Amino acid sequence: MATVIIPTPLRKFTNNSSRLHVQANTIWDMIQKLITQFPDLRKHLLDANGRVPSFINIFVNDDDIRNLQREQTVVMENATVSIVPAIAGGVPL
Amino acid sequence: MLLLYPIIVSQIKGAIQFCDEECCGFLFGLEEEGKVRTITATMSAKNVSAVNKRKTFEISPEDYIDAESFALQNKLKLLGVYHSHIDYPATPSEYDRVAAQPYFSYLILSVVENQVEAMRSWTLNDDFKFEEESISIININQQINGYSNHSNSAA
Repeated sequence: MATVIIPTPLRKFTNNSSRLHVQANTIWDMIQKLITQFPDLRKHLLDANGRVPSFINIFVNDDDIRNLQREQTVVMENATVSIVPAIAGGVPL
Repeated sequence: MLLLYPIIVSQIKGAIQFCDEECCGFLFGLEEEGKVRTITATMSAKNVSAVNKRKTFEISPEDYIDAESFALQNKLKLLGVYHSHIDYPATPSEYDRVAAQPYFSYLILSVVENQVEAMRSWTLNDDFKFEEESISIININQQINGYSNHSNSAA
């Protein structure tokens, strides 16, 4: 099973679990299983178009899925998947 | 409520007030029942925004992971983020709101002519809108002086 590291802001939706073990073939599969188990995660892991929001980064081991096959990236057995919020902001340009 | 020790306030102000770009960092501490958060440590982060660093900020994933590790190693909670607004109020912008994460306290400091003019803290509610959280400064006698005592909603 892959290990999914949940960032602090999302732990309130995972019963405060910081690490979860998920059997999944792809990132998309992993997200669906997380959402099934923790429905409140949906609005933070998927946008209105069903894609990972721009302010959420997902790494498989050390690789950003945007540099791989995005949601179709394969999750190997024993992989570590990190969900990393993009911290950003600013004033009107 | 966000409880801040004077030394923490000094650290944050020192990190941002002479900076000519938006400065940012992390807030660590302890959380009690009733959502009282005591900030006991900070960590500055590099602004890696590719747009206009004087008006926007972005923290790299690597710095974020370091912050999570620091919290774990020191038995603290990663409670939020601070950042400065240069020549702009200490209220969250729409860009702040869109990028905001749940749970975190967003401490915003308004800097005008290298002076911190205001400091306010905000958290995202379940409707993805910011609500202000009060800030109290802990004095050396452990008494609490009200700094900002009202709760407003902001888009």
